[in-house]
Amino acid sequence: MGDMTIRLAGYSRRIAWRPWRLAGLSLLTCVVIALVSLACGRVWLPPGEWLAGLKRGEGAIWLIVTQLRLPRVVLAAEVGGALALSGWILQQVLRNPLASPDTLGLSGGASAAVVAYLALAAGQGGAWVRPVAAIAGALLVVASVYALALRGGRVTPYRLILIGVGMGALAGAVVTLMLIVGRAELASSAYVWLVGSVYGANRADAVTLGGLLALVLLFGVPLIRYALLAPLDDALAAGIGVSVPASRLALIGVASLLAGLAIAWGGAMAFVGLFAPHLARRWVAVSGSAQALAAVAIGASVVMSADLVGRTLFLPLDLPAGIFVAAVGAPFFIGLLIRETRTS
Amino acid sequence: MTTKAFGLLLAVICSALVSLAAGGHWLGPEAIWHALVMPEADNIDDLLIRGTRASRTLIALVAGASLAVAGGLIQTVTGNPLASPGILGINAGALLALVAGAGLLSLPLAGSGYVAALLGAGLTCGLVWLIAMQGAGRAGPLRLVLAGAALAALFNAISQALLVVDQQGLDAILVWMAGSVAGHSLTGVWPMLVGAVVVMALGVPFLRHLNVLSAGEQTARTVGARVRGLQAIALLATALLAGNAVAMAGSIAFVGLIVPHLARRLLGSDHRCWLPGAAALGAMLLLWGDIVARLVIAPREVPVGVAMTLIGVPFFIGLIRMTGRPHG
Amino acid sequence: MTSIRADELTLGYGRKTVVEGLTLDVPDGATTVIIGGNGSGKSTLLLALGRLLVPSRGRVLLAGADIQRSPTREIARRLALLPQQPRTPEAMTVRQLVALGRHPYQSWLAQWSQRDERMVERAMQRADVADLADRVVDTLSGGQRQRVWIALAVAQDTPLLLLDEPISFLDPAHQLDVLDLLRTLNRETRKTVVMVLHDLNLAARYGDHIIGMRDGRIVAEGTPETVMTADNVRAIFDLVCRIVPDPCVGTPMCVPVGRAL
Ligand SMILES: Nc1ncnc2c1ncn2[C@@H]1O[C@H](COP(=O)(O)OP(=O)(O)O)[C@@H](O)[C@H]1O
Ligand SMILES: [Mg+2]
Repeated sequence: MGDMTIRLAGYSRRIAWRPWRLAGLSLLTCVVIALVSLACGRVWLPPGEWLAGLKRGEGAIWLIVTQLRLPRVVLAAEVGGALALSGWILQQVLRNPLASPDTLGLSGGASAAVVAYLALAAGQGGAWVRPVAAIAGALLVVASVYALALRGGRVTPYRLILIGVGMGALAGAVVTLMLIVGRAELASSAYVWLVGSVYGANRADAVTLGGLLALVLLFGVPLIRYALLAPLDDALAAGIGVSVPASRLALIGVASLLAGLAIAWGGAMAFVGLFAPHLARRWVAVSGSAQALAAVAIGASVVMSADLVGRTLFLPLDLPAGIFVAAVGAPFFIGLLIRETRTS
Repeated sequence: MTTKAFGLLLAVICSALVSLAAGGHWLGPEAIWHALVMPEADNIDDLLIRGTRASRTLIALVAGASLAVAGGLIQTVTGNPLASPGILGINAGALLALVAGAGLLSLPLAGSGYVAALLGAGLTCGLVWLIAMQGAGRAGPLRLVLAGAALAALFNAISQALLVVDQQGLDAILVWMAGSVAGHSLTGVWPMLVGAVVVMALGVPFLRHLNVLSAGEQTARTVGARVRGLQAIALLATALLAGNAVAMAGSIAFVGLIVPHLARRLLGSDHRCWLPGAAALGAMLLLWGDIVARLVIAPREVPVGVAMTLIGVPFFIGLIRMTGRPHG
Repeated sequence: MTSIRADELTLGYGRKTVVEGLTLDVPDGATTVIIGGNGSGKSTLLLALGRLLVPSRGRVLLAGADIQRSPTREIARRLALLPQQPRTPEAMTVRQLVALGRHPYQSWLAQWSQRDERMVERAMQRADVADLADRVVDTLSGGQRQRVWIALAVAQDTPLLLLDEPISFLDPAHQLDVLDLLRTLNRETRKTVVMVLHDLNLAARYGDHIIGMRDGRIVAEGTPETVMTADNVRAIFDLVCRIVPDPCVGTPMCVPVGRAL
């Protein structure tokens, strides 16, 4: 399979066929899962039926699909995709295969802020307070991790990781403290959030998160090529004219925003950010934008299927997607590890 | 070096004594001496020390030391500063066993908890090893860690599912998840104490080889080390130590993750120095965590994991900022 | 023409000073070879010339301007630097890695212009890695990898090339290939080449200008004939040797006798 080059006026890009084909395949899987998710639920709607229902633009089917299922499916995809991309970027930038949004204390910060809100002022101030608290908490922790890791105007991946781990532990301790000394019902209400779920998603949620993510990606996508350079030696990257500290900071910023937003709406589904990038790496062997896209597709697929399982398999219970993210993803990943014939 | 070792030892002993003395009701040196050397059955102070404080002091000492050493071992084996015993699925396995035991079999957490958690931790660790050994490639450290993380996530998910469906035991489990060294009788501590001491003593002759292992697999092979064997031994020790500690003191992740970094920065990169040092630091950290935990909001208690993290993190971050990257 | 010179440079790591008060004028359009014992500060000097090490005193001037104050992308179009032992990234193909050399010329829109493609293909051919183009770099041998790094530097298409031990892992035939390639680039397009070599005879054969370093100072500097004397070799390396003319090209050749005591 040869490669393809696109050149249009000032635009030019080389597209390696194989990685993009694989990324396309994972995207296709993602779409299929989304369609299945729309069809499944308390009532089973065969695709033909709901398509017809959609065309009519009214009626019960139309209502179920567009008002109940679609927002939830879209939100799940957004959350999963954003966490996966964030994890992929962080694994590149921090040069550590165990890095994830947790590594920089992102989930910890968001969780601490949300639990504090639930403990102190649950239900007050409207629906927007919780996501805002989560994002603020996440960004506050990342910013302090970055500031604490600065020495002589530079950060190294190694220092970032260690300080991130420390701050993450601190945030985790704060969460536990509040859960244990807080009111009795706090634990159970916070617990569902901590596990992560897209329960009760409505159209406004999906649209808001989508819009915000799109905004971040507007800045983030041009930075992807710097993420590809991140595993290089600092000296080499600087040698080809990359400002290493600036690109590192920008990438961490983008990864933090992506994960912060996802966590704000979907809760702390830590597993996605760690594993989706690994699955993508094993699927699309060569690092590049195609691999990043595959990570997004895989992350979205995993959360969508997890939510699907959570809301259909245990009817009438509607279990948080966060539980099944690992339940769906982990066996798959373990199977892959077992099947893998050679490792580097 | 000897002064440092001596200083650490002294600090551990002092911390242990403070731990015996501290609490809602402070006890003086003579009361401690009395309780340890010539206890009387009807003396309230003696009962207090022998009944509660001695056991939690011992648990904190042993669990802190075990977790720190286990963390150091796993970081050396994987060569990854992010690795901690939890990544082998130990905490997740123990948690699942506890939750399943409490939820499905309605076992009491207090009595059978230790055994259930130990079983869960051990089985999970073995499963991780089996998964990593599958396939044509040998069990490389990265495979191991990924398999462990995946299995841990899976088991945590199952525990969470059980907890969300049946929130009966949630409070007790939450306490366990936050870590606690209280609530055991002195006789209940012995199995854990003996286990940890035996594993550590057996491990001493291997410390030398860990230095070779940390130089990288290839270098280790060229100087004649049996890398896979060493890794397996180190992992076994990690599982035993951490499983033992977690079963007794709850899911305390922080010690295993952070104390090894502290120890390396303070004591250099020779495993013969820093790993025993990590044991001392881990013991001390957990002791002080427990002391603070029972003092700040007395008569209630803060979970020891929380108190320890709040004490340890500022230290840790300060140290990282002060020193450069350690060698190796 | 882009000239580079160092002005009263003091270089070090943390509190440790490695090079002190070094002044150097790199001849334009020539091949300069730096020789010196291990730890004599060759890599340190090269890093500073490539703006990757900030001098604690003094300046590096690229075309008259302080290199630390110029935009890094702009410098990357004028100067390519190959560090001594770069970390090999996982999961990148040879072509991807060599294409990084075009980074300073690209923007987000224009990521693969015709010129980029031409330069990358040519660089891979010249460094003899075209056959390996679709291989993943960390599956290559040490010498093959070294040639990929050289291709990257060549693809950067700069008037100035700084190379730290570019032939240290290569077989003798590829050593000559690389040196011939650098000479061709130097002769055809008047590129300035600065490189660190450990093979004194190849240094004398391919260098127009030789710099001998010891303990962070320049001990000898000049044409191969003036630098490659028994006295200088002794002063630089503590090595006793005899100098004879190279039977092929007549440049001085050093036949080691033994360690000076
Ligand atoms: N990153 C570093 N930190 C501290 N010292 C260094 C570093 N890199 C090199 N050095 C020291 O600087 C001196 C010169 O090193 P270098 O320039 O690499 O020598 P060489 O001539 O072999 O290339 C050596 O003594 C070396 O130990
Ligand atoms: Mg050098």
